[in-house]
Amino acid sequence: MAGTSAAATALDQDGPLVSLKNVTKRFPGIVANDRISIDFWPGEVHVLLGENGAGKSTLVSMLTGFQQPSEGEIEVAGVPQDLSSPQRALDLGIGAVYQHSMLAPTLTLAENVSLGRPWWQKPDRRGIADEMRKTANSVGITIRPEALTSALSLGERQQAEIVRALMRGSRFLILDEATAMLTPKDAEKLGNLMRLIAQDGRGVVFITHKLNEAVAYGDRISVLRLGKKVGGLPPEQLRAMDKTEAHDEIVRLMFGTRTTGSEATENTPPPQHKLDETEKPILEILALEVDDEATPVSGIELKIRPGEVVGIAGIDGNGQVQLAEALAGQRPVRNGRIYLDGVSIEDKSIGGRRNLGLSYVTDDRLGEGIVGAFPVSLNLLLKQIGDAPFWKHGLEQPAEIARNATEKVAAFDIRTPGIGTPAGKLSGGNIQKLLLARELGEKTRAVIFAKPTYGLDLQNIAASRNRIREAADARKAVLLISTELDELLELSDRIAVMSQGRIVGIVDNNETARQRVGELMSGVGE
Amino acid sequence: MALFTEAFLTALLAGAISAGIPLLLVGLGEQMSEKSGVLNIGIEGMMLAGAYTGFLIAWKTESMGLGFIAGAGGGMFVALFMAVLCVRMGLNQIVIGISLTLGAEGATAILHHFQFSRTYPRLPATLKWDIPVLHDIPVIGPALFGREPVVYFALILVAVFAYLYRRTHFGLALQAAGDKPAALDSSGVDVLKVRTVAVLTTGALAGLGGAFMAIVGAGIFVPFMTHGNGFIGIVLAMLARGRPLWVLGGATLFGACLSLTTALQVAGIDIPTDVIQMLPFAAVMAVLIVLGSKANLPVSLGTAYARGER
Ligand SMILES: Nc1ncnc2c1ncn2[C@@H]1O[C@H](COP(=O)(O)OP(=O)(O)O)[C@@H](O)[C@H]1O
Ligand SMILES: [Mg+2]
Repeated sequence: MAGTSAAATALDQDGPLVSLKNVTKRFPGIVANDRISIDFWPGEVHVLLGENGAGKSTLVSMLTGFQQPSEGEIEVAGVPQDLSSPQRALDLGIGAVYQHSMLAPTLTLAENVSLGRPWWQKPDRRGIADEMRKTANSVGITIRPEALTSALSLGERQQAEIVRALMRGSRFLILDEATAMLTPKDAEKLGNLMRLIAQDGRGVVFITHKLNEAVAYGDRISVLRLGKKVGGLPPEQLRAMDKTEAHDEIVRLMFGTRTTGSEATENTPPPQHKLDETEKPILEILALEVDDEATPVSGIELKIRPGEVVGIAGIDGNGQVQLAEALAGQRPVRNGRIYLDGVSIEDKSIGGRRNLGLSYVTDDRLGEGIVGAFPVSLNLLLKQIGDAPFWKHGLEQPAEIARNATEKVAAFDIRTPGIGTPAGKLSGGNIQKLLLARELGEKTRAVIFAKPTYGLDLQNIAASRNRIREAADARKAVLLISTELDELLELSDRIAVMSQGRIVGIVDNNETARQRVGELMSGVGE
Repeated sequence: MALFTEAFLTALLAGAISAGIPLLLVGLGEQMSEKSGVLNIGIEGMMLAGAYTGFLIAWKTESMGLGFIAGAGGGMFVALFMAVLCVRMGLNQIVIGISLTLGAEGATAILHHFQFSRTYPRLPATLKWDIPVLHDIPVIGPALFGREPVVYFALILVAVFAYLYRRTHFGLALQAAGDKPAALDSSGVDVLKVRTVAVLTTGALAGLGGAFMAIVGAGIFVPFMTHGNGFIGIVLAMLARGRPLWVLGGATLFGACLSLTTALQVAGIDIPTDVIQMLPFAAVMAVLIVLGSKANLPVSLGTAYARGER
């Protein structure tokens, strides 16, 4: 009784909405959060920054009732609360968009939103769909509430989850890397929306890897490193700094130095590969058509010469995945031709294309990139199982496999306890390095990168981008699919923009490219 | 040919329904467990427990109604172990399922032996409800519309479950529990509660199916009498892809195979019974070969859910 009335009065006071008091969370063998104390204030967008594995998501899971602190206390509106279940957190007005999708794949988006209502009631599919559309409209995004979740791209799912969180009207909203799959434009919309929600007197926690976003939308910044809170910028200080000062200060807090990784977000001038206009293209795509229920792809024409990086820009879910999978051989081609070094490959198998020198670095790292339960060593050979010298007469050659793994782990700086460690236990950045190590062999002639830096921290982003540059320097043909405009501008020679399964324009990467690509993406250039 | 006389057809259809109702009940039950993400291999044991308790109470009280209730209770009792061990404690569902089936087979056989030794007391014929008018249709009438109340109950259940799955949040919650339990959890629904309800319902339905075999089908209890019916129920549930109506179709088909034995005897045709008794299992194989690859099971089927684990 006393607790509830205290909570009610505390709401009217102007104390923090939620505070962590010396919260520690241990997992077997690791302290994910180490005596963290943070106050989250109403009316503020509070940005949490930290490398992959710093403990941000763990902190979120304690606020949302998925985990309980090993030590310490969480106060909501000044009252210590036992956030014993997600239900309890929701009841207290804490809502979240999680880093990993929390939608049931076999339900439609509207049905997913409907989950959690009284069990005997009839789901109001139409009413919820309308409400979702309205909420989405108010944020300036479009979603398809009747679509089956499994038929949607990761980006579309993330947008739906944001809409769901908004519909719940929580007074404390947590967004764990919610802009990771959004285009810059949509991310900006979401950023502005966060500002609006905060002005409303509610609290927002925003987790991101992008310093621009942190500085642009955050009122206050806290930085985690290796499970500890290592510092932050209160509103007064943040307001007093200009953009570069803030960036430098944050990078210093995150990595302990001022220089490391800060280039990753700066715009280096576009690459100047020595391109010979007369040289024969390595990868040539002619009038390619790919079937897909949601986003059929058609009329794709592209030529990529040795050493050239062609970027594919576009809002997620406009056929990029379908195109990449069709090129890699994971999806049948309906019509058109694909030539690799003059050989037509559209009818060849995945393995056949790979043997001819085509590699594909998927964005679905956990789903199709690796087999989580297999050791690192086997994952490095996943697409060569049965091939000499690693297998002879069908028998594994452990020495060869180990040699290959040790070499690649060193060459690509894969941080793993050992080559026998199950790959699923590695952090996201290291899984990406593993994929790069596997896909970027000497025989490779052409590489397709699908969102190669999605969800990575600054250091890993820089490492991945360097690998892409190196691939081009080694005269390979590179197709770079990304929703990050900055990344495309940094790496590509030309940028093609995809919209609704078609290429709506190809732009040379020069001073006007940002403007032109932006126009094409938003449909102005058509 | 004299095979298709009215008597033969009536016997065939009546037999198909008698054999099909237990399959329908276990199939519907297993379907609910599987939807929620629990592979319930203990269902054969739940069925047998239901057959035993159902028979015992019907025999003692001379009330068929109490017998059926006790049967459902017996099945639920075994299911309670499944709920505690697999859903709450997260133990391996296959290992526990097999143990429960073996345990129930042994326990009911021993209990029956202690009580009745080698005698198999028989229950009186069961009460039947004739549905007016419909009952007078030849063949179909006596076979379908002059039946025990439980038959009607099972058929109504098909519609009830279809409604529940498609038209209520309970249906959505079940599906989410089987496909992405964390998503359901994050929506504030207790995954373990949903799964527990599903498993206990499965137990009750399997028990009812077993009781039907003992009270209506055989009129006696014989150890091991469920005879793989629970396992056929698992196959039906997997092939029905979450649709109760398909369970009904499958149960009718397999029921018809099972009843061929009796029907052919009525017709006086001489085929070794061993061959005929193989029929339903051959049918399972055939159906699995044709449709098995299309069975799309819930993603998290067979895996325990523990919040926050990864
Ligand atoms: N459920 C869990 N079980 C074991 N270890 C975990 C679990 N969740 C997170 N961890 C570990 O805790 C550390 C912090 O992870 P996380 O909070 O996801 O980091 P971030 O979100 O900052 O990238 C990592 O080393 C991770 O492996
Ligand atoms: Mg995280």
